[in-house]
This record gives sequence, structure tokens and C-alpha cells, in this order.
Amino acid sequence: MPVPVEQYLLLGAVLFVIGMLGVLLRRNAIVIFMSIELMLNAVNLTFVALARHLDSLDGQVFVFFVMTVAAAEVAIGLALIVAIFRSLGTSDVDDAHMLRG
Amino acid sequence: MATLVWLILLIPLAGVVANLALAKVLPKRTAGWLATAAVGVSFALAVVLFMQARGALKEHAFVTDPLYTWVLIDTLYVPIQLLVDQLSLLMVLVVTGVGFLIHVYSNGYMAHDEGIRRYFVYLNLFVFSMLLLVLGANYVLLFTGWELVGLCSYLLISFWYTDPKNAAAGRKAFIVNRIGDFGFALGVFLIWTTFGSLVYTDVFEAAGTATPATLTLITLLLFVGATGKSAQLPLYVWLPDAMAGPTPVSALIHAATMVTAGVYMIARSHALYAAAPTTPLVVATIGALTAIFAASIAITQLDIKKVLAYSTVSQLGYMFLAVGVGAYVSAIFHLFTHAFFKALLFLGSGSVIHSMEHAAHETGEHIDPQDMRHMGGLLKRMPQTGWTFLIGAAALAGLPLTSGFFSKDEILAQTFFGGHTLLYIVGAVTAFLTAFYSFRQFFMVFTGEPRSKAAEHAHESPAVMTVPLMVLAVFALGAGLVFGLPLENGAIHHWLEPVFHDVLEHHEGGNPMFLLVISSVIALAGAGLAYAIYVLRAADPEALVARFAPLYRLSYNKFYVDELYGALFVRPFFALAAFLAFVVDKLVIDGAVNGVATILRLGSIVLRRLQMGYARAYALTMALGVLILVAYFLSGGF
Amino acid sequence: MNQFGLLSAIIFVPLLGALGIALFVPRNRMNWVRGLALGTALVDLALTIWLVARFDPTSADFQFVERLPWISLFGGNATFLYYVGVDGISLWLLPLTALLTAVAILFSWGSIQTREREYYTLLLVLTTGMMGVFTALDMFLFYIFWEVVLIPMYFLIGVWGSKNRIYATVKFVLYTMAGSALMLAAIITFAWILVPFTQQLTFDLTVWKQAVQSGLWEAGVVSDRMETLMFLAFVLAFAIKVPLFPFHTWLPNAHVEAPTAGSVILAGVLLKMGTYGFVRFAMPLFPQASQQFAPILAGLAIVGILYGAAVAFAQRDIKSLIAYSSVSHMGFVVLGLAAMNPQGVSGSLLQMVNHGLSTGALFLLIGMMYDRRHTREMSEYGGLWKVVPVYAIFFLIVALSSLGLPGLNGFAGEFMILIGAFRANHWWAGLATFGVVLGAVYMLWLYGNVFFGPITKPENETLADLNRREILALVPLVALIILIGVAPHMFTEPMQPSVARLLQEIGGTMLTMR
Repeated sequence: MPVPVEQYLLLGAVLFVIGMLGVLLRRNAIVIFMSIELMLNAVNLTFVALARHLDSLDGQVFVFFVMTVAAAEVAIGLALIVAIFRSLGTSDVDDAHMLRG
Repeated sequence: MATLVWLILLIPLAGVVANLALAKVLPKRTAGWLATAAVGVSFALAVVLFMQARGALKEHAFVTDPLYTWVLIDTLYVPIQLLVDQLSLLMVLVVTGVGFLIHVYSNGYMAHDEGIRRYFVYLNLFVFSMLLLVLGANYVLLFTGWELVGLCSYLLISFWYTDPKNAAAGRKAFIVNRIGDFGFALGVFLIWTTFGSLVYTDVFEAAGTATPATLTLITLLLFVGATGKSAQLPLYVWLPDAMAGPTPVSALIHAATMVTAGVYMIARSHALYAAAPTTPLVVATIGALTAIFAASIAITQLDIKKVLAYSTVSQLGYMFLAVGVGAYVSAIFHLFTHAFFKALLFLGSGSVIHSMEHAAHETGEHIDPQDMRHMGGLLKRMPQTGWTFLIGAAALAGLPLTSGFFSKDEILAQTFFGGHTLLYIVGAVTAFLTAFYSFRQFFMVFTGEPRSKAAEHAHESPAVMTVPLMVLAVFALGAGLVFGLPLENGAIHHWLEPVFHDVLEHHEGGNPMFLLVISSVIALAGAGLAYAIYVLRAADPEALVARFAPLYRLSYNKFYVDELYGALFVRPFFALAAFLAFVVDKLVIDGAVNGVATILRLGSIVLRRLQMGYARAYALTMALGVLILVAYFLSGGF
Repeated sequence: MNQFGLLSAIIFVPLLGALGIALFVPRNRMNWVRGLALGTALVDLALTIWLVARFDPTSADFQFVERLPWISLFGGNATFLYYVGVDGISLWLLPLTALLTAVAILFSWGSIQTREREYYTLLLVLTTGMMGVFTALDMFLFYIFWEVVLIPMYFLIGVWGSKNRIYATVKFVLYTMAGSALMLAAIITFAWILVPFTQQLTFDLTVWKQAVQSGLWEAGVVSDRMETLMFLAFVLAFAIKVPLFPFHTWLPNAHVEAPTAGSVILAGVLLKMGTYGFVRFAMPLFPQASQQFAPILAGLAIVGILYGAAVAFAQRDIKSLIAYSSVSHMGFVVLGLAAMNPQGVSGSLLQMVNHGLSTGALFLLIGMMYDRRHTREMSEYGGLWKVVPVYAIFFLIVALSSLGLPGLNGFAGEFMILIGAFRANHWWAGLATFGVVLGAVYMLWLYGNVFFGPITKPENETLADLNRREILALVPLVALIILIGVAPHMFTEPMQPSVARLLQEIGGTMLTMR
């Protein structure tokens, strides 16, 4: 018996909110990073579910884009975090506020 | 003939180029003779041209084919071409002839100057420019020559540039001339918009078609240029200062040739001047006023060159008086004789200065070698210079039968018979003053006892300097007799007749002999007064000075005109420039620009507080924004 | 008409050279960098000379045209063209740009010691931008080149400039951008207005001009106020660049702080972009507005002429003096354009070249002395003729050209401009001619203070005269200064058909024929 699309969407929304709260509340850069990945994958899930539901390939194609972007983001983001860690000695994002106005 | 004309013009320029190109090869002295040769060849060719052209020019002027087009834009057409007629040919002969003699003389005068090569380059460039001025067949070429001679004048006045006074004199000459050129340029523009051409032949043919008001404006504007270049009131102030240049330069540029350019220009444009209603009277009045004004300054000057400088201003005034009353031929005649006797006087004074300098150097005296108070008794020590100087002074004073006598008398006669009695009286008084100061100068310099050790030890200049003096003396003495007789009907009058035939007025109805006698008496009286005061000591000059102290001081200080101009124009301009630069520009205009930037910066100080630097804060803001958007869409856009 | 890409070569050869310098020259081979930079500039100069030689002086049309679709958006409903061409109006600006670039590079060999690779790269990129501005015939392409020019200049002043360089370069860029932002808005508005006529969004200048000629402004599609606003937006961008009084205050700062080559290019070429913009775009696209505003432009130009000259006289910094003299000289150019007759416009076009040569040469000369003495204060000099006679002679010729001595180029241009202005309005010429008097005042003041008088500073007694490289940089400029002065017709003749067409487009001749 196929799972109804609403449940997929609900799961996506829950995952997205968890990810968002993680981004907003945690201070460790690595954790924030993982939370962002969680949000992206929540969106991916929603895309795939709707693509299936609407019988259209567009959503699936978009998922590939998102995954590509996410991969690139991981590469650059981790590099940045390492660089920040090297120069500041911490991965706490609240300590990296040199761009304050 | 065309090739000949071009060669006459271009050979002095070739002299410039050769001297610049061979600067590293030729010894300095040779550079001087190379330049001299260039002008000499030019003069010889001018004589050849004169021989060839005598018959051919009778009918009409000769205009060369355009060498090329200087500019052609729509209706603005300026060809590079030359015009030869009796007037320009006469000017060419004077410029190259007197110029050649002065080049020769300069080889002696400048022999020990380290800048001799530079000097001769400038001098050759000057001859080229002056020839361009008189030969050009349109107003643009005239103006080009006009400005280039001004440049040479600037460079030569400030020739000994290490003295800031000389540099300032050169700058003053150029700038005052530029003020005159301001009028001249506008006159040229107006000629073009009125007649649609700048070529002499077109303009003069159409002269009658313009309205009298336009013609008056054109001629007055051109005359403003002439007052600058020919040192007339109110722009004469640069010429006395121009004496800072080497003395041969004063002779060539600031007496014989360049300063007469204004007279030439008006004579050239006589078709316009004759047709303009009020301008001639203005020109004549300015000329007469300048003549008497400058003469009244000359009588008290103590610098040997300053006397001659003011005398030049005064004599140029006579020429303008002449063109103003329509006596064009007389003006050119006076220009012609003046070129000889004034060049002679300047070169003679140069010889004196040269010798005084050397003598002062030998005796170790520190005196101004140009101050006549240190001279005296030089006739015995420098006979050739002295006697030729006497001839020059006599011609300047207008003693009977000298060249200056005939030409000046003609101007006065034409003024008188033209009905300008007042101007005639001014001219006659000036003649008296002229005779007085020229002999005052001669007596102070050459007679009596030497008043300094340098004057005692002065000796005659070398032949390279005295021979030109003698040649000039021959002309200064004889030019009137040979070219000016019979009165108003001599060789020079016949020669120039075709140029001016359309505008010549012959004022008959009086007895010219009567005026001739008056002129002679005036000249002799002036010379006699000088003799009485400075030789016989009938009256002590010092006592006279004391008695007329206020007048004397006024004259000696040149009526304080320089000071007046300084207070009226120069210092206000300095102040205005500083005000504009440091108040208007820095504070007002730039202040407004920077004010805009300041306002933006103040605004940004407020806004940048939003940039807290915490990534989480940004994320929260973003999340809130998304929530608001979602709420907005869900509620159906409120 | 001519499809082998000469213009593209002229525009992009410098860019290629810049890439070569930036990417392929090995480290510590600075001689290669210098050689490659000069070589590129010389190749470009040769190409522009070839262009001039092959230019047909009897045609008013654009020549060497290259017209390719570049970007197409919205299903072909909006096209951006790569569209370049040359006519009599822009003809001489190309060799001028190439020559000044070459001269500036040659001068910099002895003057720039830090970050040479970046320096020459930026100079060459700048050249590409300037060539593009003078040839672009698509408004969008023009705008891109216009802005491209700013970036290298920003760095040239900001990195290699003197003490106050940051302030100067930021002011220069922001001031210019403020003007060009408005111009961009006007360009886009214009394109939108044309959509009903052309059925697509196009920036093709010839299409725009056709629309104007066929009565765009009369048709009532656009309100008069709109036309005026757009015209003013264009004018503001160009007036800042010229710079026209009172938008000139960035210029002295930028000139004083820029390195010598920067000043040469800035005064020699960049200022001409402003006047070129007037004559190429603002005037033919808005004929009524330009006629309506001509008296105001002429008035500002005249104020600039007199004001610039008076303020120049009060300066004690030599570069600052020359900068203000540029305000005065560029006022003449704008005045000639505002006269809207063949004499005035031709004179302005010639004077653009003249000012590039004369002021470029003046900045070079000042730079040469700056490299020796490291000061620009006039009072630090005096009596230099005795020490450096060759330098003094070069300076004299250039100064005389700048003050408009007949026989040199400045006079030829000013004469045509003033006679054109006189034809349009006697008072304009009367006031502007007085600027010529003031020109002599400040120029001779400068010359006398630097070269005449006694040597007051002991440092000046041992100055070296010009070396061979410096003379080589100056000779072509001085040769052209004399050549244009003696035979200006050679240079104005090829302009005439284009000038005539321009005046026909704006109806200018009818205005001034009285």
C-alpha cells in the first residue's frame, strides 16, 4: 500500500524545521553545517514526493541540482570552517564576527 | 617670382633649423655667422625681387598660389599664400636689411655670451615671423606672424633669464600683447562673419558692403591689437620694460620692426579704415596722445635705453597719428626712416653700454652701465659711435634735412591741412620735446667730462659693431633727401602710390614751406635748449629738477601708470584667483561634493548597526522574513 | 563593408597583451613584461594608423563596421549587439589613444618599480576599454566599455598613486559612477520607449537615430519632459567626465595623486570620452533638447574656461595647475560643440586631439621632473633652463601649444572653435577669447617660475637632462603638435562629411545661419 503524499510532506516539514532550529540554536559550525544539510535533504524529499505525486520529472531533476550544490557547499564550507578554525582556534560561529558593522 | 618670395620667407627659418640641427657640430661663433648669412641671403633675394617687381607691380599686387590649405571648413577658408605689393616689399626690405645689419652687429655684441647660439636661433626665428607677418595674404597668416614675433620678443626679453626681473619683463610683454590680441582676434572673427572671407583681396573688395557700425567695430577691434603690439596708450607699458633684453634686440624688435606691425596692419587694412566713420579719429587721437605722453616721460629718464624706449613709443604715436588722418604714405615713410635712425640709436647705445661694461669690469667699479649719470665725454673715446649717434639723435629730433625731418614734417603737415589743428599742436609740442630729449641724451652721454672711472676708460667697439652703425647713419641722414624729395612727391610716395591710390587725400590749400620752417624752428629750439642746459650750463639741471619737483617726479616715475595698473588689474586678479581657488573651489563646490558624501556616510552609520556579525542573527532574520512571507501568501495577501 | 575585423583587433589586441602579461610571463622576467606591454601598444598603434590610412575621408557613414548579435534574450525580443564602427568623429581618437598608451608605457619603464606585472596589465585593459568606448555603436556595449574604463583607472590611481591616492581614486570612481548610473537609466528608458516602433528591445544606435530622425519626439509618444530628463541624464554623465564646471572637482585630486602614466591617459583620453559622448550620443539623439540647452552648456563652458584659468593661476602644485588648465581647455571643446556649426564642431573634434597631445605631454614632462626631484611644488624649482636645457625646450614647445600659439596645434583648434562660437553668438566668443589671454598668464607664470630666475635649491643644480628614452617618448607628441599646428586641414578634412551629417541630424546649421 503506497504511502500517501501528505505523510512525505509532513516528514519533510518536520525535518526542515529540525534543521532550521539546529541552524538557529547551535553554535558549533560543524553542527550548523549538518543542520543545513538536513534542511536541504528535507527539501529534496519534498521534491521527490511531489514529483511522484504530480507525475512530473521536474522535481527529480531539481533534486540533482540541489545535491550537486550541496556537494559543492560541503567542499567549500568545510574548507572555510577549517580555515576559520586554524585562524581563530575555535569552530564557534559567534566568535567569527569580524564583519560586524 | 613666387619661388623667390617663398625663399625670402623660408631661408631665415632654414637658419633656425640648421642652427638647431648642427648645434653639436658648429662652434658657437659660427652659429652667429650662419644666422647672419641666412638673413643676408634673404635680403639679397629681396633686392632681386625688388628689381624684378618694380615694373610688374605697377598694375596690381602679386599673390602667390596657395602652398597648401591651412583650413577649409564649410565657408571658412584659409590658404597659405603670400602677397607682394609695394607695401609688403618695402617692409621686407626694411626687415631683412636692418635685420641683416643688426645680425652682423650682434656677432660682436654677443661674442662672449654663452647663450649666443640660442640668441641667434631666436633672432632668425624673429626675422621669419616678421616676414610672415608682412607677406601673409590673409588675416590668419598676419595673426600667426603677429603672435610669433611676440613669442620671439618674449624669449629675447627674458634672454638673460637668471635675473627674475628680465623674466618678468618678458612675461609682461607677452601678456599685455595678448590683451591686445584679444581685440585683434575678435576683429578677425567679425571680418569673417561680415565678409565671409579672411583673404585680403576678398575682404577689401567687399569693404563697402558692410554697414558703417560693423566697420567701426571691426577697425576698432583691430586697433586694440595694434595698441598692444605697437605700444600705444593704454597698452604701451610693456615696451619700456622690454629693454631688459640684449640691446640689438631692442634695436631690431622693439624699435625698427616688430613694434611697427600695428602701423603696417592698419596700412594694410586701409580699405576698412578709410570706410569706417569714427575709427580714424580715434586712431589719430590715441596716436597723438601717446606721442606727447611718452615724450614727456622721456625727457627725465636717466637710463640710456629707457629714453630711447619712450622715444619709440612716442614716434609710433606719430605713425598712428598719420594713419589716423589718412596720411598712410607719410606713416609708412616715417616707419621707414624711423627704422634706420632708431636702430642706429639703439645700436649706438648698445655700443656705449658694451664699452661701459667692459671698462667697469676693468676698473672694478660697480655701476649701472646704462645710467647716463655715469657717462659723459665719450665722444672723444668712442668717436665712431659718438658721431653716428649724433646723426641718429639729429634725425630723431628732426633737425632740417635729416631723414626724420622730412617724414615727421609730412605727418604734421598732413594733420594740419586735414583740419586737425589741435592734433597738430600736440604733434608740434611733441616735436619740441623730442628734440630736447634726444639732444639731452647725446650731451649727457658724449660731451662734458667723464663722470665715472669706467667712462674715462671706455674705448671704441670693434669694427663688426661700428660698421653697421655707419651704414645705418648714412640712411638715417640721407633717406629723407633721397626718397622724400620733392615734398610729398618723392620716390617713396611714387612707390607706395599704387597701394594707397584709392584712399589718398591730398590736402592742398596751404603753404607747406611755412610749416617746414616752423618744424625747423621747433627742432632747433629743442636741441638748443638741451645745449643751453647740458653744455653751456645756462641753468643748473639740478635746480630745474628742484623747482619743478612734483612735475619732475611725475614724469620720472612714468606717471605711476605701472602702479595704477598694478592696483587696478594685477593685484585684484591675484586676489580673485586666490579667492576662487581656495574659497569657491575648495569650500563651496568641492564642499558640496564632499557634503553629499558626508550625508551618505552619516546615513550608513545608522544602518550598519544592523550588521551584528553573528551568523545566527542573520539566519534568524532570514527565517523570520520567510515566515512573514509565508504568512502573507497563506492569508491571501491580507 | 569591411569584415576582416580590423576594429576588433584594435580593441582586443591590448586585452590579449594584458592576458599574456598576466598569465604567461614567468616571474622575475620584468623586462619581458615591459617589452610585451610596449610591443602590444605599438602593434595597436600600427593598426590604428593602418585604419586611418584606409579610412575613406569622403564618406559620412560608419566604416570598418562589425555588427554581430551578441546576446539575445526573451526569445529574441531583446538583442544586444556587438556593433562597432568608425566615422570622422571618432577617427582621430583611436590613434591618439594608442599613441598615448605607448608613450605612457615607455615612460613607465623608468618610473614604476612595484607590481609591474599588474601595472602593465591594467594599462592595457584600460586601452581596450577606451578603444571600445570610441567605437561602440550599440548603446549597451558602449555602456559596458564606459564602465570597464573605470576599473583599471581605479587601481592605477589607488595602488601606484601618491600620498592621498585612496581619497582621490574613490572620489573619481564614485563621482563618475553617479553620473553614469543616471545614463544607464536613460539608456534603458530609451530602449523601452522604442519597443512599440521596433517590436523589440534594441540598443542599436542606428535604429535609435532613425527613430529620432523619423520624428520620435514629435510623435507625442514621449512627453517633452521625458525627453529633457533623458537628455539631462546623458549630459550629466558626460559633463562629469569632461569635466564641465561645476562638476570638475574630482579632476585635480585624481590628477595630482595619479601616477604619471595615469595622468597622461586620464587627461589625454578619458576626458575626451565625455565630449565624445556629447557629440556622438547626446546631440543626435536629442536634437531639440540639445538646441534648447546649447546656451546653458555654452554658458557653463565659458564659466569653466575663465574659472579654470583663474583657479589654475592660483595653484602652487604644478600638476594641480595643469589639471585646472584642462578644465579651461575642455571648456573650449564644449563651447565649440554648443556652437553647432561646422567650424565649432570641427574645431572641438580637433581640439580633443590637441588637448590629448599637449596636456599628455605636459603631464609626461612633469612626471619626468617628479621622478628626479619627487616634488610637484612650483617653489621647489626655478632656474632650470641652465641645468636641463633640452627639457626646457620640450617644455616650452608644449606650454606654447597649450597657450594657443599660432603654428602649434592649440591655436588651430581654438581658432576654429572661437570662430564657430563667434558665428553662433558674439558674446560667447568674446568671453571665451578672454580665456586665451588668461591661458598665457598661468602658463607663462608656470614656465617663468620653473625655468627662469636663479637656481634657488641646491638639489636642482645637479639634475640630469632628459635621457634617450624620455626624448623618444616626447618626440612623437611634439612632432604632432607642430604638424597639426602647421597643417590642421589634414586632420579636419576627413571629419567634414560626418560633421555635416551630424549637423543635419540636429538641425544645427539652420539654428545658426542668421
